[in-house]
Amino acid sequence: MADNVLSIEGLHKSFGGLKVIDDVGFDVRRGSRTALIGPNGAGKTTVFNLLTGVYPVDAGTMVLDGRDITRVPARDRVIFGMSRSFQNIRLMPHLSTVENVMLGQHARARRLGDLLYPLGLVPGNRWARAAKEALEDAGLDTYPGQVVANLPYGVQKRIEVVRAMVSQPRLLLLDEPAAGLNQIEAQQLLALLEKVSDSGVTLLVVEHDMHFVHNLCDHVAVLNFGRKIFEGTPAQVNEDPQVREAYLGSDTAMAGAAHAS
Amino acid sequence: MSGYLESQLIILCLNVIYAYGIFLPAASGQLNLGAAGFITIGAYASAYFNMSGAPMYLAIPASMLFCAAIAFVIAFPILRTRGVYMVLATFAFAEVVAGLIINLEFLGAAAGYPVESHADFLVVVPVTILVVLLCFFLMSTRLGLAMRSIHDDEAVATLFGVDVRLAKVAAFTIGAALMSLGGALYGHHYNYIETQSFNVLLSIYILLYVLLGGTQTAWGPLIGAAFFTIVPETLRQIAASSGQEWIADTRFIFFGAIIVLMMVFRPEGLITRTLIDRVAMPFAGGRGGPGGRSGPAPTAKIA
Repeated sequence: MADNVLSIEGLHKSFGGLKVIDDVGFDVRRGSRTALIGPNGAGKTTVFNLLTGVYPVDAGTMVLDGRDITRVPARDRVIFGMSRSFQNIRLMPHLSTVENVMLGQHARARRLGDLLYPLGLVPGNRWARAAKEALEDAGLDTYPGQVVANLPYGVQKRIEVVRAMVSQPRLLLLDEPAAGLNQIEAQQLLALLEKVSDSGVTLLVVEHDMHFVHNLCDHVAVLNFGRKIFEGTPAQVNEDPQVREAYLGSDTAMAGAAHAS
Repeated sequence: MSGYLESQLIILCLNVIYAYGIFLPAASGQLNLGAAGFITIGAYASAYFNMSGAPMYLAIPASMLFCAAIAFVIAFPILRTRGVYMVLATFAFAEVVAGLIINLEFLGAAAGYPVESHADFLVVVPVTILVVLLCFFLMSTRLGLAMRSIHDDEAVATLFGVDVRLAKVAAFTIGAALMSLGGALYGHHYNYIETQSFNVLLSIYILLYVLLGGTQTAWGPLIGAAFFTIVPETLRQIAASSGQEWIADTRFIFFGAIIVLMMVFRPEGLITRTLIDRVAMPFAGGRGGPGGRSGPAPTAKIA
């Protein structure tokens, strides 16, 4: 049996009469870099929101590292080894870089003694040190005390990854990490994610930029209208007629298929 | 110390304590217009315990516990509301408290209630300093970090494991206990209380101290309360000593103008995080970030 860090089975979610996720299931192999792609509105971000517990599921199961998390409250899922970044940057704008990263440590510091530890009054305490080290490892050590609202977009994107990483996840969910980045910023992010992946953390990435997916990922699942229509390697995905149809429309897909045959 | 200065110092101390009581929920994103309600409960509870035989140093903590218990219970329904609805809910709570007490004969009803033990400034000032220190401590802890995170983005705070409801209830309850402490000190200092002294205007002023002072750092309520206590009084003094009656007559126009200007130029409060950083933040390593108010993230990119 394959060693999966995440198994999703028969996932359903409707908003009112709208079926947003319809019987989606896939596995994420431990240590893999899996991409979840699909046209706009396919339900990719909804899958993330179901995984992290932002919405409750209508039906289906999600098993993270052997433990069923389907009914676990959102704030406890991070303890089970899952963390995420967001499509639009959602760092805390009024907190400094280090404080944002220290928020990522929260899941490991929920005892009363930890909650009442004066992080801001003890210079060089172990939490602040750990946060600064994580930033240094990511090459972001120039901005520890600054309020993040004033930092460049690409830097904020990478800080989000660092914040997610300090919760020590086994599975890192990345929602369109490369969106809005220029080429240099995308390169820096790619380097950081490769480092993260090499440290043994499994990546599940929602991404539109296929170039980025080809560079980073080794496995792809494709969603369209809330259904999974394909699963395989990045090389296969361009050849699949259903995927071509989903992205390009049926006429083009048939023309493409005709050319191919 | 002259009687005048002493009386001003007491007013300043009470306002600072009230302000911190509103600041704690405000720092975690909750607008509380119920200050008068908690202050009333604190003042009457402590006066009642004191009248029933408890010495002041026991009556005051007991009133804080009593008020915290009430706050804890009402926190759950009230914290389900947000923004302007929470303002209305807390305002309604304060009105209920006033309405109840004015009908309770054993608390003097509309005639007011005498308070036995006296607390002079040798009690009020040290207690105020302790409150300020406690709030600075709280805001520096991980709980404080969680509260500030909730203020910025509740959903994300949840995903990183923050118990949002617990943090909000804690902030609301501790804040209520502080306001009841302020109310109790008020009662013991003036030795007479009536519900009319704690009206909605008081709640509005306290919320203004906090919002105009700034909710991002623990300096905000201190500076806000000090500013709004000292400036109008100083204007009045200047008017009285210079014989320029018009200053006294128009000081609230100036004062209103100052408030409007502050909202225009310091929309996030007088004291912001970036301001503190620029003044000097020895332990965060932030040696003056790029200036300017912190606001929505700029979309600038690395060239």
